[in-house]
Amino acid sequence: MRTGRTATALAAVGLLALAGCGDGGTNAGGSGPGGIKPPKIDKLASLGAGEGQVNIVAWAGYVEDGSTDPKVDWVTDFEKETGCQVNVKVAGTSDEMVTLMKTGEYDVVSASGDASLRLIYGGDVAPVNTDLVSNYKDVFDGLKLKQWNSVDGVAYGIPHGRGANLLMYRTDVVKPAPTSWGAVFDPKSPYRGKITAYDSPIYLADAALYLMKHQPELGIKNPYALDDKQFVAAVDLLKKQNELIGEYWSDYTKEVQAFKAGNSVLGTTWQVIANLANADKAPVEAILPEEGATGWSDTWMISAKAKHPNCGYRWMDHIISPKANAGVAEWFGEAPANRLACAETADKNHCKTYHAEDEAYFEKVWFWSTPVQQCLDGRTDVKCKDYAAWTQAWTTIKG
Amino acid sequence: MASSTLDRPAGGGSAVRGPVRRLSAWLHRHAGVRLAALLAAPLFWLVVAYLGALAVLFVSALWTVNGFTGEVVREPTLDNFRTIVTDEVYRTVALRSVGVAAAVTVIDTLIALPMAFYMAKVARPRHRRWLVVAILTPLWASYLVKAYAWRVLLANGGPVDWLFGGPGSGPGYGLGATVLVLAYLWLPYMILPIYAGLERLPDSLLEASADLGARAGRTFRKVVLPVVVPSVIAGSVFTFSLSLGDYITVQIVGGKTQLIGNLVYVNIGAANNLPFAAALATIPVLIMIGYLVAVRRSGALEEL
Repeated sequence: MRTGRTATALAAVGLLALAGCGDGGTNAGGSGPGGIKPPKIDKLASLGAGEGQVNIVAWAGYVEDGSTDPKVDWVTDFEKETGCQVNVKVAGTSDEMVTLMKTGEYDVVSASGDASLRLIYGGDVAPVNTDLVSNYKDVFDGLKLKQWNSVDGVAYGIPHGRGANLLMYRTDVVKPAPTSWGAVFDPKSPYRGKITAYDSPIYLADAALYLMKHQPELGIKNPYALDDKQFVAAVDLLKKQNELIGEYWSDYTKEVQAFKAGNSVLGTTWQVIANLANADKAPVEAILPEEGATGWSDTWMISAKAKHPNCGYRWMDHIISPKANAGVAEWFGEAPANRLACAETADKNHCKTYHAEDEAYFEKVWFWSTPVQQCLDGRTDVKCKDYAAWTQAWTTIKG
Repeated sequence: MASSTLDRPAGGGSAVRGPVRRLSAWLHRHAGVRLAALLAAPLFWLVVAYLGALAVLFVSALWTVNGFTGEVVREPTLDNFRTIVTDEVYRTVALRSVGVAAAVTVIDTLIALPMAFYMAKVARPRHRRWLVVAILTPLWASYLVKAYAWRVLLANGGPVDWLFGGPGSGPGYGLGATVLVLAYLWLPYMILPIYAGLERLPDSLLEASADLGARAGRTFRKVVLPVVVPSVIAGSVFTFSLSLGDYITVQIVGGKTQLIGNLVYVNIGAANNLPFAAALATIPVLIMIGYLVAVRRSGALEEL
């Protein structure tokens, strides 16, 4: 069993090495934070026969085969057409995705910006040959070759979609309706003990975003680039918020149940959670507060150790095809990456509602990125707190 | 070897039986080799799978992780332990975990003592078997099912809330709920050793105590308690260690509470900091070693 697996892995590596001979030079000379270079890994040169299955790490709601809702299904057709059986592992946080991808058991991942660079520089994902993904040409230019999905002009993934972390509340309890993130940070909040927050170190950015608008003297320009003083301010804000929190969530089903029962009545959410709660007859509403929000811009990436690369490429092409991309975008509640998807959505206004083509809107949304010592906002006179510091602070905040 | 002997046709039997018999004769003469062969497998299991794993845990606790790429840096340093000792939050969480484990143990003891006494001494002998089965039945259901059932019971406006008089007046999710659910989950592990201990206590001793004029309270203190204390300590080893390492219940009903298990889990699953998780995991190991050393002195380990 074990030798068989090793042999397959070796064969796959050999194949990749052979395949990449022609253009091995393109990803040399990359310079990451602090001058780190991503390990040199070759991209797939041409598509072969499918391997019969593909193992995917994804956000909840990204890979739906009709088992959640019979009408929501973009996997069954894919399996029939390509013969690639889809095995999905749902992850609750970006950190979990990075850890899962490090095991080498998975072929494809839907990585957000706070995971993608860690995966690239950790050598866990391979560059993507976009010529093999026929739908790539229809992806919005605003999403291609961005800082979170490429290094020095080499694409490491296929853009999937983007959206904002919203503020959800129970319409029957929370009155008047909140318009600002201040509602979850107010020490005198009447909803003390029933406020919820996302259980990940990246939530520090939400506090930083709030401080950016309400305490301009701190001089925060980018919620992912915090120097010592700004970092302490954000941590303090969250420590005070901890007294208001009922529970932190990372498991979306628990968040749905908590809002339905009323254990949580106010807090961060994703649109898909609001949709599921509404489908469960919980009176909730999700809004984009006046400060803007943190958000995600997700990228499908392929593992450097993929055992099923051909099925992986087929999946990446399928999931951004107009129909599938429209399906995910509507179900999860985000802006699709494929411009042709806008014509395929059931709600013809979907792209308008989610500002798919509105670059000005997305300037208000701070996409998750991995905090590093070299400040992302371009400051060179100070060192910023890196993600390890964010992680330790998160434990302290929860106490 | 035995099966191959059986498979052979009767005529070839003696050819095989020869070496086997010679081997057994040789082993009979060499008692040391016999013992070594007998103990090799369990010792291998104990040393490699158990102590080996512990050794790896301690060694990897000395490593660190590159914060950006997540690769493990294999250079020994005490940084992880320094963080644990100097950072107040880890002390708070460790103390909280010990507190939860102790509270669960006390609650389980208080519930288990009368229940076990009833089962062993009051109930009719033919009912006893069924009572033991009833105590064991919850162990057949999945841990997760029971924990999630409690999440629903404790939900806002759920049955527990109504018991306390309307939505929002129950304990809700939090530390109290964690202790409650853990006490429920581990109760059988406390009842069974106490029941076993009480069963060994002859009824004649209780009668003799009564004949000599002792009231129920005195009989309990002077006769029952000395017999039952080792059993209680044996049960407490289960409830204490199981509660100390738990991280699932607290995630489901604990609200925002963190215990040591959660910190270990978060450092493995989310933060991908295996060395730091290993360093954290040494805390419960040390606590349990201290607890077991104390328990050994009481002689309770013979009740396990």
